[in-house]
Amino acid sequence: MIPRCLRIEERREETPDTFTLKFSREPGPAADFAPGQFNMLYAFGAGEVAISVSGSAAADSLVHTIRSHGLVTRALKRLRAGDYLGVRGPFGRGWPLQKARGKTLLVIAGGLGLAPLRPVVYSLLEGKLRPASMQLFYGARRPQEMLYRSELDGWSRSFDLVTTVDHAAGDWSGRVGVITEPLKSAPLQSDQTVAFVCGPEIMMRFCIQVLLGRGLAPADIYLSMERNMKCAVGLCGHCQWGPNFVCKDGPVFCYADIQHWFGIRAL
Amino acid sequence: MKTIAGLLREHPFFRDLNAADIELIGGCGANTVYPVGEHLARENAPADHFFLIRSGRVAVETYLPERGPLCLQTLHDGDIFGWSWLFPPYLWTFDARALDEVHAIRLDGKCLREKCERDPRLGFQLMKRFARIMTERLQAARIQLLDIYGQRPPLLDDAP
Repeated sequence: MIPRCLRIEERREETPDTFTLKFSREPGPAADFAPGQFNMLYAFGAGEVAISVSGSAAADSLVHTIRSHGLVTRALKRLRAGDYLGVRGPFGRGWPLQKARGKTLLVIAGGLGLAPLRPVVYSLLEGKLRPASMQLFYGARRPQEMLYRSELDGWSRSFDLVTTVDHAAGDWSGRVGVITEPLKSAPLQSDQTVAFVCGPEIMMRFCIQVLLGRGLAPADIYLSMERNMKCAVGLCGHCQWGPNFVCKDGPVFCYADIQHWFGIRAL
Repeated sequence: MKTIAGLLREHPFFRDLNAADIELIGGCGANTVYPVGEHLARENAPADHFFLIRSGRVAVETYLPERGPLCLQTLHDGDIFGWSWLFPPYLWTFDARALDEVHAIRLDGKCLREKCERDPRLGFQLMKRFARIMTERLQAARIQLLDIYGQRPPLLDDAP
């Protein structure tokens, strides 16, 4: 529960309000993480915030992609290479990579939701994740707001990558339209497919509707939830969601387990 | 070489339609190729056709003064474009431009309307298929309006 003090090695602007921090991992079991888990990042004098790990689980460094939209994340945005921050974690349950073994894996990301799914992509590229095939669907508001654009081309050579934006100017040559559209025509065999979904909750709702319509079972759909995580160990109750604590029981949930709570408005 | 009816049979829009109906509809169709940049439709021009895209990408656009064309949606293999031929005044509402070389089946709207008037059962079959596409496009437009990736109030973070 005591934050480790880590030095920022690298800082990179992803979009005007989103940035990526990379810092060294300390050796030891506490430094290992599973794709989908998160750390509590502590900006000294401002507070802590839960941020998913967005780098490779095999790398020597920890990578987090952060959108600046509150007091703590704005303080994190001001940090530069060489500065220090506090890190607690990793916490929570990650993506069930073993469920995708031998199956078609649909990775569906919206906006910043690609960050918690990037470790899944790295697992595939590093040969640790062995699905029969993988398709990544990535939707964003505009091309300029897409994360990791320099990596997307390389990814598309390793698996099927479908990117789509809601709005685009003339220099965008990809798809324009909502992310649910390419999902409707994705080639899949419903009983041999697993889906990992991460993005704004409303986007996940619409994607789940399409996946269920395509015949996927609720037990084959996994999603990463976002709630107000404070202690990260299921004690404070800030992130309680029905009978679950998102920090401890999630953030990745099987849709079959939470569909009742997912459908309750304002919960 | 495949006949128009044969090509229609492969297209998802006509899936499970009976052979006689497909033959009848095929009589209104032509196989077409549009090079990159060519318009399949122009706003306010007569909407005499609709298109089944076999391959290639089509941008549905509108022209904004002082800004140029704005892409509202792209359509891809297996999609259809155009229902302005169904309702008066039979004019296109948007532009449609080929982003790649587009291979499409172009169906003559007037020819189809006449066949549907004579055979209401066929008309109903076609209307059901168009209604489904229209509903899906309406849902997509609503999701686009929701701006689902837009900035939201902080959840994980302290309020500003």
